[in-house]
Amino acid sequence: MAKKKQESQVCIVTVTGKDKVGIIARLANAMAKMNINIVDVNQKIMETYFVMTMAVDVAQATADMHKIQQELEKIGKEMLLTITFQHENIFKMMHRV
Amino acid sequence: MRISVDEVFETVKMTMDHHFDIRTVTLGINLKDCMDRNFAAFRKRVLKRIVEKGKLLNQFADHLEDKYAIPITNRRIAITPASILLEPLPPRISTAVNFCKTLDEAAAKANINFIGGFGAMVQKGTTAADDRLIDSLPEALAQTSRVCSFLNLASTKAGLNMDAIAKMGHIIKEIAAGTKDGIGCAKLAVFANVPEDNPFMAGANHGVGEGDYSLNIGISGPGVVRAVILNNPDCDLTQLSEVIKRTVFKITRAGELIGREMASLMNVNFGIVDISLASTTAAGDSVAEIIEAMGIGQMGLPGSTAALAMLMDAVKKGGTMASGNVGGLSGTFIPVSEDSGMIRAVQAGTLNLEKLEALTAVCSVGLDMFAVPGATSANTISAIIADELSIGVINCKTTSVRIIPVPGKRAGQIVHFGGLLGSAPIMQVAQNASAKFIARKGRIPSPIQSLRN
Repeated sequence: MAKKKQESQVCIVTVTGKDKVGIIARLANAMAKMNINIVDVNQKIMETYFVMTMAVDVAQATADMHKIQQELEKIGKEMLLTITFQHENIFKMMHRV
Repeated sequence: MRISVDEVFETVKMTMDHHFDIRTVTLGINLKDCMDRNFAAFRKRVLKRIVEKGKLLNQFADHLEDKYAIPITNRRIAITPASILLEPLPPRISTAVNFCKTLDEAAAKANINFIGGFGAMVQKGTTAADDRLIDSLPEALAQTSRVCSFLNLASTKAGLNMDAIAKMGHIIKEIAAGTKDGIGCAKLAVFANVPEDNPFMAGANHGVGEGDYSLNIGISGPGVVRAVILNNPDCDLTQLSEVIKRTVFKITRAGELIGREMASLMNVNFGIVDISLASTTAAGDSVAEIIEAMGIGQMGLPGSTAALAMLMDAVKKGGTMASGNVGGLSGTFIPVSEDSGMIRAVQAGTLNLEKLEALTAVCSVGLDMFAVPGATSANTISAIIADELSIGVINCKTTSVRIIPVPGKRAGQIVHFGGLLGSAPIMQVAQNASAKFIARKGRIPSPIQSLRN
């Protein structure tokens, strides 16, 4: 019998800051290291400003929420970006009746 | 339907730019089953329960902060009104003081910043234990730092207990005298129609109608509401009310989500979401500035009451649509010392005590965190309390008073409390005008509920 698939746990990452080489690569790499699956990416450049939202599934992650927050904060500091990371339920609750 | 990029950034901006936070998660704890005639046995049970639950509260709040990246600023505990717990204990004021110190110790051990409920329901009369609790307040509040006290001195059903109100004028002066700059008074709120599930301090308590535990959540966000008003500079007031409603809906939903999840993690009942716009001293996080963003020249000028009434109503409508469990004080707080716009208005002379009282007729809570000269007489303090509570009694709403007679200060000076409590300009107040009225004591009867003109 097939093993029951664990429910997905989708979180939304947002990234804003000045555009530069390697932002997505750096994030994707960090996600892969923590066994986090990237589900969707939305990205645009407004003038020289980089704006991105990324949906990721943390159900199989090897790190807990606190560790993921710390890791992203580190990347944000290194690359001078503002990065947020929130469970998608908060957006669903606030924007869907 | 996937969440759009715009929606994602709307939420992100609320916390990053406009100070949106879960202002408090407050766990209500029933302590009636800890009661005993022996103080040591009672104390042991109370300590164990509060420390155990308080630590869990902090642990789960940290977890949810990481999960949703919305700050949970305060983690608090509210207990069964303490005077009930004092009933079987030895009839000494020192016992009440020792109980207050026990609560302080428990809160410190659990790293809880405030614990509420050291109070009594005395709207109609006081028991001997109620009296001991009230008499203990000057010493109890001076010797503790995390305990908050409340007293319900009036209700629409019972009227105003003028014996207790007359006494509180003296007690408040004693509390002020016993603490630096009268700061002890910031930990005491006296009420009419106190809610039993309010998560905000100083008035939080776990009422007798509550279960063993109840997880209540207080959300705030004056900065978010102000930002949305500034984004709509030219719409008419009907539309403005609509945009406020929509915004409050969103922030209340966030509170509901976090509250429910918190209650489920702690394995306790979810109580209520309190949607109160509560200011902080941070720039932009001010209710007075919302009123000013609506087009009022400065808080307190003509039009302020109408603007505040509309704001309150829109907040309540948005909140009740978002959650089936809206309760507590739900509305808008206008504490003077904790709101930079209120402080400016008092200093500019557009807001005086009389206008502040008028504003409280349409907003939740009441005369909050305001300072008066240290020389203000006890009967004047009692008269201010009686005025404010009668507004609540007649209008079937909650009102409260948190007054700080600052020793050695005169009207026009300013006192800096620091931290969350901010700074208070000392407000002008008439002296000894109503000594005879307060000295009469007795009870102002409960008001008639028909002929509402």
